[in-house]
Amino acid sequence: PKMLRFSRQLFGPVFTPKMCLAKADFHCTASDLRLQKLSRLRIVDNSAIGRAAMMEGTPPKIIHVYSKKKFGYTGDKVLVTIKGEMKKAIIVGCHENQPALQPRFDTNNAVLVDEAGSPLGTRILVPIPTHLRKKLKDMSRTKGADYTKLLSIATTFV
Amino acid sequence: MLDRHDMITRRKHIDIPEFYVGSVMAVTINDPNATGRSSRFVGICIQRMNRGLKSNFTLRNVLDYQGMEIMYEMYCPVISSIETLRLEKRLDPHLLYLRDARPEYSTFPMDMEPELIAEDAPVPINDVKVKMIDGDWDKSWERQELKGIDLSGLTELQKRMALKRKTPDYVQYDLMKEYRSTLPEEDQEDIYREIAPHYPALVASQRKFRRRKLAGDA
Repeated sequence: PKMLRFSRQLFGPVFTPKMCLAKADFHCTASDLRLQKLSRLRIVDNSAIGRAAMMEGTPPKIIHVYSKKKFGYTGDKVLVTIKGEMKKAIIVGCHENQPALQPRFDTNNAVLVDEAGSPLGTRILVPIPTHLRKKLKDMSRTKGADYTKLLSIATTFV
Repeated sequence: MLDRHDMITRRKHIDIPEFYVGSVMAVTINDPNATGRSSRFVGICIQRMNRGLKSNFTLRNVLDYQGMEIMYEMYCPVISSIETLRLEKRLDPHLLYLRDARPEYSTFPMDMEPELIAEDAPVPINDVKVKMIDGDWDKSWERQELKGIDLSGLTELQKRMALKRKTPDYVQYDLMKEYRSTLPEEDQEDIYREIAPHYPALVASQRKFRRRKLAGDA
């Protein structure tokens, strides 16, 4: 059975969720792999709302990127709609081709955080890039919130 | 040539082993953000791009059910070691289709031991036909002439479109295409003549690295 073309960037090749069968079967143009408004993300922490949204097949959509650029890159904070609510998230992995030595992931991964930068979950289930450490530290310095807390719930670094 | 001089100098400090697209490799880099200031990644080489000082290769692996790829520039001074864990070739010039293949073809343990083969043995060619996932692929791999894919599950439409895109027979007689993709012997001789004085030093440092590595393993 055919799945939505973009669903692999959310779930990855392993996950074949049954809910995708109910979606419309249409062909999209060559995907712009950069994350922008209305891009869907894969939540990779074990927060309740994140797990529920991914299980139901309604992944969060970006509605705003908190950076001066139009697109979201690894480490950027974004505002997402998830199950009818608005939450903040940090992008921890991009599908786009990355500069040398930075990992490129098969799915666009994100971790939900609150206003103070504390993650909503207690564990991150996939490896995250090491260069996030510097990016989040710099972000925390300018914003006054502590975004490096999500590094302590990470399991593996790549 | 300055590029070549830089490449030779770099090869005196680090052993860049023989590898091909399809070889499983381990790369250790000096990473200021990682614990212990160094991080190691193991993966299968899916692509080799560029020439000279800009040459790079991409390693792919699946960790915690998450597929990931890292591109390394071969002569980057941040790289502290490059090892070939499994030296082998594949049937295709690139393995980008592994992104749409079943994950077991891209999964390699991070603590994989190097598989040694005899020095004079020919490079083994892995002629595995990779099984692809159901659903949409990122690219129409069936339309590219890739020998390493198991295309038994295609629909009739896909098979027809694949045949349509097949390269014509007369392309094999295109002399200019062959000329553009290869280096003439005269230019090759010039390059070999340029690096010949450095050869003894390079061979000596390679032998030093291999000896050090074996001593470290023992």
